[in-house]
Amino acid sequence: MPRITLKSVSNYILKDVSLSVHDGEVMVLLGPNGAGKSTLLNIVAGLIEYRGSVLFDDQPMDRIGPEKRQVGYLFQDLALFPHMKVRDNVGYGLHMRESGNRLKMAKKIDALLEMVNIQHLGDRYPRILSGGEKQRVALARAIASNPKVLLMDEPLSSLDLRSAKYLRMEFRQLQRKIGATTVFVTHSLDEAAEIADRIAIMDHGEILQIGAPDDVIFNPVDKRIRSFIGEPNILTCQSSHAIENGLAVATCGELPIVTPYEGKPIRKIAIAPEHIYLSTEPPAGPRINRFQGVVQRIQDYSSMVRIVVDVRGQEIVAELPRKVSDLMGLSKGSQVHIILKLRWLQVLNGETVSL
Amino acid sequence: MKPRGHSFYGSLLPIVVFLGLWELAARLFVENPALLPPFSAVIREFLVLMDNGVLGVNFFHSLVRVVIGFLAGSIAGLVMGIMMGWKEVMHRSLHPIFSLLYPIPALGWLPVFMLWFGIGELLPIAVIFMCSFFPVLYNTETGIRSVNINFIHAARTLGASNGKILVTILLPLALPNIFTGLRLESGMAWRVIIAAEMVAIPTGIGALLMRAESLVRVDIVIVCLMVLSIMCFSFERFFLFLEKKITGGW
Repeated sequence: MPRITLKSVSNYILKDVSLSVHDGEVMVLLGPNGAGKSTLLNIVAGLIEYRGSVLFDDQPMDRIGPEKRQVGYLFQDLALFPHMKVRDNVGYGLHMRESGNRLKMAKKIDALLEMVNIQHLGDRYPRILSGGEKQRVALARAIASNPKVLLMDEPLSSLDLRSAKYLRMEFRQLQRKIGATTVFVTHSLDEAAEIADRIAIMDHGEILQIGAPDDVIFNPVDKRIRSFIGEPNILTCQSSHAIENGLAVATCGELPIVTPYEGKPIRKIAIAPEHIYLSTEPPAGPRINRFQGVVQRIQDYSSMVRIVVDVRGQEIVAELPRKVSDLMGLSKGSQVHIILKLRWLQVLNGETVSL
Repeated sequence: MKPRGHSFYGSLLPIVVFLGLWELAARLFVENPALLPPFSAVIREFLVLMDNGVLGVNFFHSLVRVVIGFLAGSIAGLVMGIMMGWKEVMHRSLHPIFSLLYPIPALGWLPVFMLWFGIGELLPIAVIFMCSFFPVLYNTETGIRSVNINFIHAARTLGASNGKILVTILLPLALPNIFTGLRLESGMAWRVIIAAEMVAIPTGIGALLMRAESLVRVDIVIVCLMVLSIMCFSFERFFLFLEKKITGGW
């Protein structure tokens, strides 16, 4: 699979962007709306004009049309052809690119439908499919002609959290299987952290930082990046030890925090303010990562407020809707309970190396 | 809950009631039946006109004109609409000109065509052509230009050439718009042909209608209007049926 290289690429949105995506890698473009992420994808696909150069394995693609670049593209709105049944959608690229044995083509379409678990939907029109089923059809269509490069523009943004997570895992497995060099666009840090080999943070047509997910979360190089990734709480841990069920307890200052365990010492833990549960009453449920603290100050952000809580000498920031905060009657000195939700903890392991 | 919809018999009932009221009113309240004959008298006259062939001959003349004019105008509109929808240069060059010509009613061309073609078969066909050409052109162009750009991008990244994209993506997705144009204008063609025949042509349903008016034969006038109404309705229904048949599953 090709290495993708962008050399000083510019257009009406992008400003002199250079980027290299390794063979078989999943590079996630992460950034707010209007950052230029989709524009960059369209340039790699050859769908819009640009200055600079795009290379696949050092071969310039600039004079090659999108129909010959051998890219598979998953659009944000999926762009399933509404007048074609699922089979015809999936087989469209095969019919355009390959001439020959219809039986062989039908078998290939069957195999693709089976690969993404929609073999029973072949004769339906996209209109009557669920969101998740449509994603699978679009994915099967994109990989049908064995593309060397896979471009995905927020393909999971219209799904509920659970379906999106499930499909992300399936996609990652499929991507490893076919090995296509992949550029994946999202504006969700959680999605990026889950799927990426490396993340490129974009804003206003520029790439601000490229690095492994841990690198971007724990060592943001720019204030804009810190702000975009939600200014997470970062706790430095002195020690950690494994417990049961694939978990570990890390001691970060005075706080014993239960985290997922990957067999490596835990150096830092990050959690975004919006993922911290805060209440004035003792919360129900298991006593994991639950601490008591005292409100130090309250920061206003239009409809949201950030509550800075002192927990055993460590400042932890939680974010709440203003209405909820007002209902709780929080003020400086209030006693509160917080929970660091296990599923949202990002862990920096000891052996992670910055890229 | 039963789905909302209009059954055939449900639609028929108000028509039967209307015809019944017409029959009663004409018999009970109209002093001069020549001015508003009862429905039964109109049907009697319809059978007479069918029997002596007058209605059949005139209907045939009108039908041939509508079919030729409508087909020629629609095909020309379709081809021009495809080109203007597909090629930006065609759109930019021709759209301003057609925007000026489109608002002119088809019958407005009648005096010009009378001078150009004289009074003959070509005249009503040319008027029907104008009646069909512009709406089909605009609906086709709009249908093609309003196709989601990502469908085109998707087809392109899947290896489709420009020609393949036109045939496999743009035209099928423009079909609902194209059918709307065809449906509305097929009915309009009948309205226009009657008007053209009333003004300038000695044969056809419109001409029969004018002759009946000069002889104060309201029953024949109503027969002609009923034929016109049924033909407008049938043509529109035919294209609606075709549209549902082709695009109904999407």
